[in-house]
Amino acid sequence: MTATTMSMAKALNAGLRRAMDDDSKVVLMGEDIGRLGGVFRITDGLQKDFGDERVIDTPLAESGILGTAVGLALRGYRPVVEIQFDGFVYPAYDQIVSQVAKYRYRSGGRVGMPIVIRIPFGGGIGAVEHHSESPEAQFAHTPGLKVVACSNPRDTYWMIQQAVASPDPVVFLEPKRLYHSTKAEIDVEATPTPLFSSQVVRPGTSATVLAYGPAVSVAMGAAEAGLADGLDLEVIDLRTLSPLDMGPVHESVRKTGRAVVVHEAHRNLGMGAEIAARISEECFYSLEAPVLRVGGYDTPYPPSRVEEAWLPDLDRVLDAVDRSLAW
Amino acid sequence: MADLVDPPLVQLLTPEGERVEHPDYRFDGDDQTIAALYRDLVLTRRVDTEATALQRHGELGIWASLLGQEAAQIGSGRALAPQDFAFPTYREHGVAWCRDVDPMALLRLFRGTDQGTWDPDEHNFGLYTIVIGAQTLHATGYAMGIQRDGAVGTGEAGRDAAVVAYFGDGATSQGDVNEAFVYAAVMNAPVVFFCQNNQWAISEPTTRQTRVPLYQRAAGFGFPGVRVDGNDVLAVHAVTTEALQRAREGSGPSLIEAFTYRMGAHTTTDDPTRYRHSDEVERWKLRDPLERVRAYLRRVNAVDEAFFTDIEAEAEELGVRLRAEVRALPDPDPTTLFGNVFTEQTPELAAEQEEFRSWSASLETEVAR
Ligand SMILES: Cc1ncc(C[n+]2csc(CCOP(=O)(O)OP(=O)(O)O)c2C)c(N)n1
Ligand SMILES: [Mg+2]
Repeated sequence: MTATTMSMAKALNAGLRRAMDDDSKVVLMGEDIGRLGGVFRITDGLQKDFGDERVIDTPLAESGILGTAVGLALRGYRPVVEIQFDGFVYPAYDQIVSQVAKYRYRSGGRVGMPIVIRIPFGGGIGAVEHHSESPEAQFAHTPGLKVVACSNPRDTYWMIQQAVASPDPVVFLEPKRLYHSTKAEIDVEATPTPLFSSQVVRPGTSATVLAYGPAVSVAMGAAEAGLADGLDLEVIDLRTLSPLDMGPVHESVRKTGRAVVVHEAHRNLGMGAEIAARISEECFYSLEAPVLRVGGYDTPYPPSRVEEAWLPDLDRVLDAVDRSLAW
Repeated sequence: MADLVDPPLVQLLTPEGERVEHPDYRFDGDDQTIAALYRDLVLTRRVDTEATALQRHGELGIWASLLGQEAAQIGSGRALAPQDFAFPTYREHGVAWCRDVDPMALLRLFRGTDQGTWDPDEHNFGLYTIVIGAQTLHATGYAMGIQRDGAVGTGEAGRDAAVVAYFGDGATSQGDVNEAFVYAAVMNAPVVFFCQNNQWAISEPTTRQTRVPLYQRAAGFGFPGVRVDGNDVLAVHAVTTEALQRAREGSGPSLIEAFTYRMGAHTTTDDPTRYRHSDEVERWKLRDPLERVRAYLRRVNAVDEAFFTDIEAEAEELGVRLRAEVRALPDPDPTTLFGNVFTEQTPELAAEQEEFRSWSASLETEVAR
């Protein structure tokens, strides 16, 4: 085993480096990703090692980043683009939804778009507006895009490489508040689990808590805290939001009879709504309570001094579990 | 308004069919090349006329006519080298012709049996793009790819490549087009921005898009711009040839404004009598892109009369084929609509396809009963 200890930021950097070593067609594009290494330093040192033809500091125009990525993909390249912050993906929304997502379909399967769109997402970093958003449902709702979210350094190391290798476009969501907060031992010679799969990260029996991205640590915290109340929560890290991997979810809910979905994104028409619908369609007779959702409130993201009140935390998760159990 | 019209156009063939000199540009083909261009112009116009008629007969859902813009498209399309790549809007039927895309592929798209199923790599011709301006960025990105492939400025014949991005006058107001200008300029990308200023964006005249002649916009981005008589196939060819060569050499992007006119409606669903005067159309008729080439060929006796009748016969044959093939086009099997969303069908889509299949089957048993 060749283990290295890495933060999520480091894991992304190492994963991107390995992807670039493996395939000379991989190019990175984004604002400030070159000499600066990106505002989160994810691409630190990559321009120095791979040159400015492969690590491209783009003009400050997001539609331009995605639109030129489409052209590079048509020429046989595999662009990995960095959107500096979640709230700035919208200028590129048209290119992502109308062009990137549809090219394969429109061309009758002849032309794919092997593009990775990396988006640091979610809140909890005390940032000014537009820097803490969770736009995943907008992309998961779009046919032709795949959407994944990582939650820990080890998964991240593998998921970014798998996303780069994917022949289909992948929106790759990175929980920015976890970039530097935790470290993990990563065996770089291990065999990774498939990208588009969900995983039980904590087995349990009382209820199933479903989460992804930054909400996974919240769910895990809730599970730890719940032990004191005699709760034994099963936590599933969804990892893939489109396509959803409902197999492990259905299996878990059939066992526990209860499910709570947790995400930072607004609750209205969020991922939780889709997941709740699918669970009720597939596990109706196993359910002891309706599927409950814990999410951001249906307001714009609030000022940072009150964001902790807005973000789902372990108390709100446990409250939802209690309500489910009391049904 | 005067400013929008006044700057001189690069012209090499007058509307009367007379060759004229220009200090910076010359057409370097012989009369046989001009005769070949004439054939392209006629056949492209025939594709367009047939398509409009087929739409009237209910065989196509809609058609965007290129009537009046044949020279802009053939002149630029024939300036492309095989290794160059073109990114069209939805109106570049003449460029498609030059790129050997069978007109049937276009007709399938406008009939609604598919969404543009030619192979972009086989023809070096991107898919039709309806979202105004989006393709100019694709062109720029593709040109950046050419740079990374080391296929610019090598001087090796057949290796250096360039890209043409087609767009309209209306498109010049789009953010994407302006972003494409910025990207291409700072990257020094081998791309030619080819704007067909056909004076109208549906019902809005060019004065709604700009206060300066469009070709002058280039200067602000840091590359050359030129306005060419878009109805003069020789001038368009000369100007585009030069811009492409410049791009292939590594001298960067340029903007061509082909000054032309949309003779027909915006599309078959449009009614231009609501927003423009017929005398404007009549004036532009005098500048027809085909007439002047015919007049020239006749005057210099470059071809005999049989040449013209042969082309007419060829056009007729093409029309017959397109009519027959369009009418024979089957609707796609609805179960195929679940394919090609991803490289491999996801289990979710497979399940939806199955759901659809059994639903359709249940309807059939219903009918059978
Ligand atoms: C982003 C976008 N907005 C609006 C439309 C609807 N639309 C289709 S064609 C057109 C006018 C385009 O004018 P121009 O760029 O001059 O091209 P032309 O049709 O004259 O060739 C409009 C508004 C569209 N297709 N895409
Ligand atoms: Mg126009």
